[in-house]
Amino acid sequence: MDEQIAVVNVQEQLVYARPRALTEETTNYCPGCTHGLINKLIAEVIDELGIQENTISVSPVGCSVFFYRYLVLDGVVAPHGRAPAVAIGIKRMLPDRVVITYQGDGDMAAIGMSEVVWAAMRGENITAFFVNNANYGMTGGQMAPTTLAGQVTTTTPEGRDVETMGMPTRMAELIAGLPGSAYVARCSTYDARTIRDARNAIRLALRAQMAEAGFTMVEFLSACPTNWGLSPQGALQWIKDTMVAYYPLGEIKVSEAVQRLKTKR
Amino acid sequence: MAKELLKGNIAIAEAALRAGVDAYFGYPITPQTELLEHMSRRMPELGRVFLQAESEIAAINMVYGAACTGAWAMTSSSGPGISLMQEGLSYIALSDVPAVVVDIMRGGPGLGNIQPSQADYNQLTRGGGHGDYRCIVLAPATVQEAIDLTVLAFDLADKYRTVAILAGDGLIGQMMEPAQLPPMRERSRTRPPWALTGARGRPPNSIAAFGLEAETLEAMNWRLQAKLQRIRQTEVRCETWLVDDAEILVVAFGSVGRIAKTAVREARAHGIRVGLIRPITLWPFPYKPIEQAAAHARAVLVVEMNTGQMVDDVRMAVCGQAPVYFHGRPGGSVPVPEEILERIVELSKED
Amino acid sequence: MQVSVIIAGFGGQGVLFAGLMLAYAAMDRDLYVTWYPSYGPEMRGGTASATVVIGDEEIGSPVVLHPDAAIALNIPSFRKYEPLVKPGGVLVYNSSLIFEIPERTDIQYVAVPANAIAAEISDTRVANAVTVGALAAVTGMLPVEALIETVDRHIPAPRRATVLPNQEALERGAQLAAELLKQSSPSALPHYER
Ligand SMILES: Cc1ncc(C[n+]2csc(CCOP(=O)(O)OP(=O)(O)O)c2C)c(N)n1
Ligand code: SF4
Ligand SMILES: [Mg+2]
Repeated sequence: MDEQIAVVNVQEQLVYARPRALTEETTNYCPGCTHGLINKLIAEVIDELGIQENTISVSPVGCSVFFYRYLVLDGVVAPHGRAPAVAIGIKRMLPDRVVITYQGDGDMAAIGMSEVVWAAMRGENITAFFVNNANYGMTGGQMAPTTLAGQVTTTTPEGRDVETMGMPTRMAELIAGLPGSAYVARCSTYDARTIRDARNAIRLALRAQMAEAGFTMVEFLSACPTNWGLSPQGALQWIKDTMVAYYPLGEIKVSEAVQRLKTKR
Repeated sequence: MAKELLKGNIAIAEAALRAGVDAYFGYPITPQTELLEHMSRRMPELGRVFLQAESEIAAINMVYGAACTGAWAMTSSSGPGISLMQEGLSYIALSDVPAVVVDIMRGGPGLGNIQPSQADYNQLTRGGGHGDYRCIVLAPATVQEAIDLTVLAFDLADKYRTVAILAGDGLIGQMMEPAQLPPMRERSRTRPPWALTGARGRPPNSIAAFGLEAETLEAMNWRLQAKLQRIRQTEVRCETWLVDDAEILVVAFGSVGRIAKTAVREARAHGIRVGLIRPITLWPFPYKPIEQAAAHARAVLVVEMNTGQMVDDVRMAVCGQAPVYFHGRPGGSVPVPEEILERIVELSKED
Repeated sequence: MQVSVIIAGFGGQGVLFAGLMLAYAAMDRDLYVTWYPSYGPEMRGGTASATVVIGDEEIGSPVVLHPDAAIALNIPSFRKYEPLVKPGGVLVYNSSLIFEIPERTDIQYVAVPANAIAAEISDTRVANAVTVGALAAVTGMLPVEALIETVDRHIPAPRRATVLPNQEALERGAQLAAELLKQSSPSALPHYER
């Protein structure tokens, strides 16, 4: 092949930048962890909707305990599992602000089950971002309510035995079954298509909150390569091949009000 | 049995197994998680009950339920988890059932951090939950002592039908040290007469931490207090070291007790007459031994990994016989022997 | 008598295991020993350390501000512990990764190209053992043979394949240090050869 040097007139054009709502500091997530990507998607949508100065975040206890710092928003860290209750306190005082929680699967589905169920039961106008990585990441990989049947964790050395531990919790379906939830979706971020879907779900959930449609939740199937003992690529593959089979992706509940929003754009 | 190099958390779990624990309920939290993880493997192996609870609130109430059947039940946690257990502990205390709780203390308040701390002292020794009660609180300074006190915790909980708490910290939980485990204990599995087993061939048993009428509840409270008084009279334990001729008395517990030992040893090498009292039972507190040692001391120095909690008990014990000084580090910082030595040297120069 | 060592490096460089080699070897010789790790999520990719205290009497503090000796496996650890080593103490460092210029004149520096030596043996995973071997030889705190024996005795079944490479690494580290020793004065740290 001939080597050619083409002289092209390039006009500088910004096609991509860090979202304003995302910190510039280096996060403490492990290589290949998708918490970081999910943080970024939320920041992008907050930028896009122009609500950075109107949004208040409630962080969980877990690997994303620094969510309040990674997103450039007013924010507070709740006790383990109590983020919805703290968020409700904020929202009831400041109903015109957008209030979001960001919670792990241990945080929401185990210790915080009561708080999130009551938030959804009462149709509280808050949005919960629920990160399902099938284990307790922060404490080193113990079984979570979402741990799959047979999955080995540090507290299920023989694999999760559903006879004694029950079946993995499908939070999105559970919340969708409650009368006060308006929009519930399950997403992932293992390829371009799922990332795009996730961004759309985040956007719709936040718009629904702004329209006072009720409780909204977006679940993410998220990679924890460190505790799964997989490479970053292998972890994404595991989500696609194994997690999705039990946790189907898609919109689980779209209330009529949210459906109207959807068509309105 | 030969010594093994054991991590504190694992040693405590294994000691509990060998002491005869029937059921373990717990929830992950650093720096005690290895204890839970060890139990998740070993309890099923031995055909006993292990359950990872959905929260510490659930865990302590599962312990309550198991204990009501006459089983030896335990849980373990740290900081925020121990706080969540306080309601349950208060119920157990008035119910006259045995339970063992391990607190591997970490930096607080709030989420704090996961580094070693002794800031749960007041919470543990004052009851912690609502109402008038105390729990037996045992504070190990070495991995070997953590093993021995775990076994003792079960024996005391069983003997007095009360809550016994092993109060370690991140240092004791995470460090490794050669230690010897006891042999697996065979204990009789007969249910005590008060246990809830189904009222077959006997009148029903009931366990309730409440008394609707003032007189009923008052009587229950006095009965509880009489039991606590018996524990105060018989179960005080502490280590006294080089106190006979000590002009300066250092008081420290748990891991800080051993750190202080290094400082005391070095101060002795400098010719300073200093001794150490290390409370092993934080409740009942060794008021008497401290009072006696303080009688001929010029100064008392209390060292803690908090901003000053046990120091109040020491002041009560010393009762004005000598000035009581305090040195502490909060927030998960561990005091080193050098800083304790510095305080001892300072005090030795004062007259 | 007591001797304290802090071993530090990136999580994944085998810092905790290096400390365990010393701890097991001390226990096998009936000495008192404590091993205390840095722990928790900050270890993910961050700097990890293990503090080992060995003695012939009961050990008070397992926490040490000024260790008698330190092993630095990466640059941040070198920078952190160089000023902290006790005067008269020893700093063994991994010169495959650390190019700092020693600043103190009152401690003994032992530069060990641990990654390079480890790569010759098997792979860089035994770099930690190379530095432990060097430390043992320079300080005499434990005979290298004790460490070699300990590795064989305590590495459990699933990792038996690592026994030989670790043993060779200990030996190579010790040899290198012995040669360096000939060029300088031996360390004044206590020996516990029982
Ligand atoms: C009351 C209480 N119990 C336990 C803990 C310890 N803890 C910290 S994070 C965590 C679990 C986090 O898991 P998850 O919610 O799944 O989040 P991830 O780290 O996986 O993102 C636990 C149990 C705590 N901080 N507070
Ligand atoms: S432990 Fe898992 S969830 Fe936590 S940061 Fe690492 S990869 Fe992410
Ligand atoms: Mg999780």
